[in-house]
Parts: sequence; structure tokens; C-alpha cells
Amino acid sequence: MSDLIKGKTGDWEIVIGLEIHAQVTSNAKLFSGAATAFGAEPNTQVSIVDAAMPGMLPVINMESVKQAVRTGLALGCQINKRSIFSRKNYFYADLPQGYQISQFDKPIVGKGKIAIDMGNGEIKQIGIERLHLEQDAGKSIHDQHPKKSYIDLNRSGVTLMEIVSDPDMRSADEAAAFVTKMRSIVRYIGSCDGNMQEGSMRADVNVSVRKLGDELGIRCEIKNMNSMRFIKQAVVYEAKRQVKIIEDGGSIKQETRLFDTIKGETRSMRSKEEAHDYRYFPDPDLLPLVFDQEFIDQMAASLPELPDAKKKRFIKDFKLNDYDASILVAEKEKAAYFDAVAAVKGCDMKMAANWVVSELFGRLNKASVDIVNSPVAPESIGGLIALIKNDTINGKIAKDVFDEMFETGKDAATIIDEKGLKQVTDTGAIEAIIDDIIANNPDQVEKYRDGKSNLIGWFVGQVMKASQGKANPKAVNDILRPKLDI
Amino acid sequence: MSLDKTSVAKIAKLSRIRINDDKQDEMASDLNNIMGFVEQLSQVNVEGVEPMTSVIEMMQRQRDDIISDGGYADDILENGPATDMGFFTVPKVVE
Amino acid sequence: MSEMKNSNSLTNLTLAAARDGLQNKDFSAVELCNQYIDAIENAGELNCFITKTPEYALAMAKKSDHKIQNGTAGSMEGLPIGMKDLFCTKGVLTTAGSHILDGFKPTYESTVSQNLWDSGAVMLGKMNMDEFAMGSANITSYYGNVINPWQRNDGSNAKLVPGGSSGGSAAAVASNIVIAATGTDTGGSIRQPAAFTGIVGLKPTYGRCSRWGTIAFASSLDQAGPMTRDVRDAAIMLGAMAGFDNKDSTSVNLPVPNYEAALTGDIKGMRIGIPKEYNLDGMPSEITELWQQGAKWLKDAGAEIVDISLPHTKYALPAYYIVAPAEASSNLARYDGIRYGLRVCDDGDSLDDLYEKTRAEGFGAEVQRRILIGTYVLSAGYYDAYYLQAQKVRTKIADDFKQAWQSCDILLTPVTPTAAFGIDEKQDDPLAMYLHDIFTVPSSMAGLPAMSIPAALDNKGLPLGLQLIAKPFDEVNLLRVGHMLENMAGFNAKPQFLASNGLTSKAEGA
Ligand SMILES: [Mg+2]
Ligand SMILES: [Zn+2]
Repeated sequence: MSDLIKGKTGDWEIVIGLEIHAQVTSNAKLFSGAATAFGAEPNTQVSIVDAAMPGMLPVINMESVKQAVRTGLALGCQINKRSIFSRKNYFYADLPQGYQISQFDKPIVGKGKIAIDMGNGEIKQIGIERLHLEQDAGKSIHDQHPKKSYIDLNRSGVTLMEIVSDPDMRSADEAAAFVTKMRSIVRYIGSCDGNMQEGSMRADVNVSVRKLGDELGIRCEIKNMNSMRFIKQAVVYEAKRQVKIIEDGGSIKQETRLFDTIKGETRSMRSKEEAHDYRYFPDPDLLPLVFDQEFIDQMAASLPELPDAKKKRFIKDFKLNDYDASILVAEKEKAAYFDAVAAVKGCDMKMAANWVVSELFGRLNKASVDIVNSPVAPESIGGLIALIKNDTINGKIAKDVFDEMFETGKDAATIIDEKGLKQVTDTGAIEAIIDDIIANNPDQVEKYRDGKSNLIGWFVGQVMKASQGKANPKAVNDILRPKLDI
Repeated sequence: MSLDKTSVAKIAKLSRIRINDDKQDEMASDLNNIMGFVEQLSQVNVEGVEPMTSVIEMMQRQRDDIISDGGYADDILENGPATDMGFFTVPKVVE
Repeated sequence: MSEMKNSNSLTNLTLAAARDGLQNKDFSAVELCNQYIDAIENAGELNCFITKTPEYALAMAKKSDHKIQNGTAGSMEGLPIGMKDLFCTKGVLTTAGSHILDGFKPTYESTVSQNLWDSGAVMLGKMNMDEFAMGSANITSYYGNVINPWQRNDGSNAKLVPGGSSGGSAAAVASNIVIAATGTDTGGSIRQPAAFTGIVGLKPTYGRCSRWGTIAFASSLDQAGPMTRDVRDAAIMLGAMAGFDNKDSTSVNLPVPNYEAALTGDIKGMRIGIPKEYNLDGMPSEITELWQQGAKWLKDAGAEIVDISLPHTKYALPAYYIVAPAEASSNLARYDGIRYGLRVCDDGDSLDDLYEKTRAEGFGAEVQRRILIGTYVLSAGYYDAYYLQAQKVRTKIADDFKQAWQSCDILLTPVTPTAAFGIDEKQDDPLAMYLHDIFTVPSSMAGLPAMSIPAALDNKGLPLGLQLIAKPFDEVNLLRVGHMLENMAGFNAKPQFLASNGLTSKAEGA
């Protein structure tokens, strides 16, 4: 679904392509044995290789290669059995070698396609151009000193996968959905932790505008976006900026821009102003990276069920609706939770989906608790549903029980026992309550009998109240109606 | 092919070597001399020839994913011409 | 050979002879070391060293004596060598002959130097060299020119270059102020100075010696190797330097043979190829004659001489002068004034000012030229025509050699088109300087092992060498044939420097 921008001269289409940098989950760096953990003291996770000391040489980490291939497979991409590492040459204070070891014309992963879910049942295919391995740079800190920038090389040499999309997205929402989907996939397979705040995953967003049916316009690249909200804001701002320039008779300059999260604006990046000529050439310190089909097959076999397949299965096997299924598979931990609920014998999965999506996720959200720390275990949800199904409690009591479960972590049966919430199905007891209510409310009875038939709800409510919610609603209805309808 | 002052200035900038205006002509002439010599390579018919990527015919070796290095910030900073609080420092960069 | 009559007589010994003397306890490692330290003090005018490490050497020699005593001596135990200043040595100034590495003391030891220390070698110091190994005359060092201990016999007293880039190593070995030295060879930087100073220089197969900790010039070409008084010494020292290193992705995991055992003196039936393309127009006739003489010597020793062709030979040098500067332009980007070495930065300067001033002041003219050439040939619009074309030509050069190995086992060629030249000659024309590598570059481009062996004196009394080239990882046959060639040539002239210092009894070639 494209967001058209209404300009003075008509409608403009936004065209978006993304480059995602995803840090590979590995103990050590791409070409050195230094650690990769986030948040260490400056320069403590730096080897002499990462600091580009004279005479240092790279040796590749096999975990990085494995994860790149697994990610490529998960994105449905072609895997290149022979790829080449090249040097991308440029000077920057946090780039110790004076070049980044990356891949240029022969990446490890080639073309593929992923489906993004636009929420309303609309699925859109987005082309993947390539995925390649490269080194991250260090970090420059500009706010420590009035006249100096501070350089920390802890990130220098960490493995990144750069995933480049085709310019297939047409709205800010599609761009965000693409990043979301990508994040979901890499987290499913464990190739990246997807932590955008810590910079494990960030996106460069290429934005251009054009009149419908026109050739692609000149694009600007907005660098290093690390939140979905900012991506959306930046796309909209940048597209409008470009439309205004063009409609005012100007032309777009291809450039790298930065999103100012405070002002909500993009601006030209000073450090990237000068035209670049990266002088890529094959890194002579490394040999071509070559592997065989057997290795690719092994990597394929190591992949878990992916979100699209899982969603299909949930819909087919559990008769879930599209919406619930989408929500349940979006994050691997949520999907794992639901799979654990499904493992409870005889559980009604349609009910389970409802309980998990609206009740559990709602409460977790409110309490800002992560699914992995959910106080309610999947087995407990299964237990609760079983108790509803066998009429031990009714739906209303169940919600109270669930509150208690969420609060205390106890299972449903225990709570019902402790609080005596067991549903009353004893028709004698229910009949006594009903008789009592009919006897004490002759006015209401008369009104009902005069035709205000929707008063039935009031009577049911009274019965439930009197039974402290424990009366079985079906039994209440069955006994109440014949008595009133006399 | 001929390198003039402007192209010398451009590649000097890319190389981050300051070559003063009055030295650029001399450098251009030196470089042209060398480029004139290497020009003869264009005579070689290389149709269907793969460019050399390595003189040794072997597979890229791969390392195990274990932390075996780092943890010596003092060594990293030891030769640094300007450091502060465990960081290298440079003139302030505006992004 | 020399009569051991003066106080420095131990420095006349070859590495093999000194090793045997130490083993037989004819003298101690400390005595040997002290004589070298004295010899170095008397050879200051040659400017062979950037850093001398006598205390370091004596401490190592003491340890060696200990090991010799308790029978745990390594293959180079107690032998005092020079280390080219391209090898990073822990805690010892390492400069690559450049101003830009001012004050740089590595916190690590290169694999090659570590291998040598592990085998018992003793470090006398860091040898002068062309800046970042770029040069063929040792006139680009920030630490000044190295002087060749040889002089012309025309009474001119012209100071001659020792060749380059391993000029300090070569001159020091030739003037007996180190027993041997390490060199590195990218396009001839071991073999050409060895030829200019009348010593043996061996460039191993690419991948034989680790490049880890050796400051890179052109990564796809750089190889470390020994520079020694004779072929046996080269065999012993190569054995100590070589070996697999998992820190270098281009290091080859092959066992290191006993190279000294290769010196059997038997080359019967070996096929020696003579590549016709090495016959240059206008090459001095004495070079051609020596080459023919070399073939005759080997033939007399039982080898078979075969004429072969390496059709792309003439393109090796132009291809080299694209590939090597391209790699260098990238390899030298790390010298940026941020993490080590020189920083030139004035008040108010930007980061770019820092880079540009530091690199303008830190790099000498030749290094700057090569960085610019390298940047140019990799830049947008030129990559295909230059860099890619050169790498394709390189494939053809390597294929030429592969073809040649169908009909021969070893190639014999000259090392250089001339003998050593004067320090003031050829300085203004970088290109003329490049032509000195014309015979050494092709084997570098193909990664092949090659060796320079002193074979004769030219008509001005200067040493000339012959080059042998072998198949990949066939250093054994390279050394075997080299040993035979050395025997046949019987080269035993000594540089005037030794005679004028009264260090040998006999100064031939004067
Ligand atoms: Mg990008
Ligand atoms: Zn990237």
C-alpha cells in the first residue's frame, strides 16, 4: 500500500530501498579473536589486529561464515559457493586499517525475496539484492570534549551482515515492516540478536520520489537508523523534502543524510560531503572463501521453522485467524511460547490463541514484561483453558483467575481451590438462587413478561452476582428462562 | 591517459597526503612517466583470463569462534600519540 | 679462506662454521657476539643499522651459552643476526625505514623473528632499509643511505648503493658485521641487494614464511627470506624462519624439510631452463657471458640445459608497478597519526589536516609516489584498465612458469642487468630505478622461490649474481642447485671495506 504524497503538481510516489547492518551473534570478531560483548570499557575488546597495528593479518571466523549462509538460506537467497573479500578504502578516525574488509562484486549471498505482512492480510514481496559479510568500524564519541573526538575500537572488526533490499517499498510502513520482518528472521535463526538500541541492527534508508510510472528518482541515503518509529518519521520527512525541492524547480543531490531525532528532520552529513571513491579491490591478505553443497545443506538443516512457515502451520493446524497467527509468529520467543502451549495435551488452540494474544500479551505489555519472563507458564495457560472447557470455571471467573496467575505465578487450579472459585453447576443450588431473585423482584418479572425480553441479562447478572460469579452461565440460562417465560 | 595537476590534487586528497600546489606539477610528471611505462599492459590479450586472486592455490582457512585475543587496552594505547581516559583522541569531527 | 689472526677473526666464519664452533665449544656465544658488536662499531660509515641492540644481543648470547652447555641448543643457537627493520620486534623500535613510524615500539613479535629467537638466534639490531621496502638502492630510508662495502676498482672512490630494499641487511652480511640477516622480497628486495653485495639471498615461495608481524608493502608479493654468506647458511636459516602460521591466512601448512640435507652436491639429470626472454637488448655483455657460464657450470655438474620460453616476461614489471603500489596504497592507509607513530597536527587543525600533514611529512617521496600511483590505478574509471588488467596479466605470467615446469626443474637467469651503481646515479628518474628489478619481478609475481648467488666480478671489480628459480615449495632443489652453482663459481672475493679495515687477510676484487 503506497503512501502518495500530494504535491502542488500532483501525486508523488515514495520509493524506498534498505541496507540493513546486522551484527552476527558470535563470541569473537570477524577476523580476530577479540570479544564482541556490548558495553565493555573502551578499547578492552580490541586485539592488535583490530587496532590495525603494523603487520597484522586477518583470519576469518567460521561462525560468521555459517551465520551468513544460514541467514541467506532463511531469506530464500542464492548462496555463492565462492565469494571474495574486498577492501573498501576510506579514511575515518574509527576505521583503523584505513579500509573496511567487506565484499564487493562477489558476495557470499545473492538474490532472494521475503514477504512482508502489512497487517490487513496484505502480503508484499520485497526483493533482496544480496547479503555480504563485513567488518564494523569503531566508535567515535563527539560529546566528551569541546575540541576532541574520542575513539573506542571495541566494535572495530565485529562481524556485520549487510543485507541490501531492492527498491521495492512504497511507504514508511512498508519500510518498517521490512525491518521488522528481517529482525524477526535473524532472531528466529539466531544469526543476530536484533537489538536495535545497542546497535546490533541498524538500517540505512534510501529514499527517492517520482511521479507514478516515472523512472526512479535520485536517492538520498539516511544513515544508521535504529528504531522503527524513526525510520517511519525519516522516510516521510525526507520524501516531503524531496518533493518540495523538485516542485520548487530544484533537483535532488545524491547524498548521505542523518536523521535528527530531536528535530525530526534529515540533514546532510558533513563528514560524507566529499565525493567518495572507495577503490574496492580483492583483499590480498585473504583467499577466496569457498565451500561446497554439503556445507550449505548442513546449514539448511540447522535452520528452525521460520515465521512464514510457522504462521501457515498455526492457521492450518490450529484454525487461527490471520491476525492472531501473525502476532504469534512475529517474535521467536512469542512463537516458542505458543508452541509450548500447543504441547499441552488436548488444549483448545483457538482458545489458547485468544488467551495468549489478548490476555497475556496485553498484560505483559502493560507491565512492560518480556514474554521470556512471563509469570504465566505456557503449561498454566493450557491448564486454565482445560478448566474452562470442563466447566470448572466460567469465562468471567477465568479472567480473574488469570489476573491472579499473572500476579502470583500460581497455576489456575491452585487459585480456584484457594479462593473457592469452582463453578457452581449444581442445578439445585442455582435454582434456589433464581427462585429467590424472582421472588424478590416482582416488578422486574412483570416488565419482562410484558415484553422487555432483554431484561434476561439483568436476571443473569443478578444470579451471577449472588453466586459470586461461580454459577455456570449455561445452567443459569437453562433454569431461568422457563421460570420467567411461564 | 595523462595525469594533470588537478588529477594529482584529487588522488592526493583521496590518499590524504598534502601535496602543495607548487609540487603538483612535478608529481604529475613523475606519475605520468610511470603510467607511460605501465601502459604497455593494454597490449596483452587477456580474453577469458581470470585475474589473479592469490598465487597459492588453497582454500581459505577458518578460525573457531573463540575469544582468544584482546583484553589489553594498555598495549593498544601504548603507542598512541594522543590518548585520554582509555580512548584515542583526534581533533573534533562534525558528522 | 681467511686466516684467523686478528681479534675479529670469528666474524669471518660462516653461519654454519660458527654453529659448529659453538657446538664444539671452540668459543662461546658471548665471545662471538662481542666480536660482532665491535665489528658493528667499526662499520658505522656503512649505516647498516637503524637500531643497534648490543645489550639485548649479549643477554641472548648468554642464554645461548647456557643452552649449548646443557645440550638444548636450537638450530641457530648463539648466532648473531641482523633483523630487517620491517619485522616487528617486541619493545624494540620498529620503523620500516620511515619517519611515520617515529618511536613505534611494537607490543608483539613477528612470527619470523620469533621463529628465529626460538631457534636460538641472537639479535644485533634492526637493519636499515628502503622506506616501507620501496626501493632498489636503499636511498629512500628516512635513516639515510646504506653504503655498499664494495667499491669499483677504478680508483674513483664513488660510494655505491647496496641495492634495496634489504640494503642494510645485505651490506651488513657482506661486511661481516652480522653473521646473516633477514630480508624481505616483494619484487627483488632480497635477491637484488644480495647480488650487489656478493652474498646469497633467498626469497622463498609465497606462503612459506609467515607474514604476520612483518610490516606489509604489497601483501600478495611480500616474502621474508635469509641473506647469508653462502648457500649452506641460507639453508640453515630458512629452516629456522619458515613454517606454518595460523595467524596468516596465506601461510601454507606444509612441513619444513631439512634444507641443509638438500645440499647433496648431486644435480645429475636435473633440467635447467634458460628463458630466452631474459636476454635483454643492450644488456652488458658480461651479464650475458656470466649467464652462459652459469649454464655451462651446471651442465658440467651433470645437469641438462634446456631452452625455454616465458613469453609474458616483459609485462611482469609493468604489471608489478600496478599491483604493488595498489596494495601498498591500501596497506599504508593505517599510518594515519592516530594510534602510533608520527602525528603532525597544529592547533585548530581538522582530522583531515592531521591526516594530510602527518602523511606528507611522514612518508618520503618514493612512498608518496607509489601511494598516489596505487590510489590512481584503483580509482573509479581506471580499475579495469589498470588493476584488473594487471592481475589478468599476472595470471598469464604464472601460467608461463607452469608451462615451463613441463620441460625443466629449475630456471637460471641473471639477477640484475648491472652491478651496483653509484649513490648519486639514477636518483632523479624513478623509472630507471624500477628497471633494476626486471629479472626478479616475474618470479615474485608468480610467488615462486628464487635465489641470488654471487658468481663473478664485473670489469670494475663489483659482484654479479646469478638467479635460480624453482617450482612452488621446491626450496630443496633450489638450494641443491644453488649449492652446486656456488661450488662451481667458487666466488670468494671480499669487499674493499673488509680489506681497508684489515679484517681479512685477503681482499680479492680490489
Ligand atoms: Mg550503506
Ligand atoms: Zn556496510
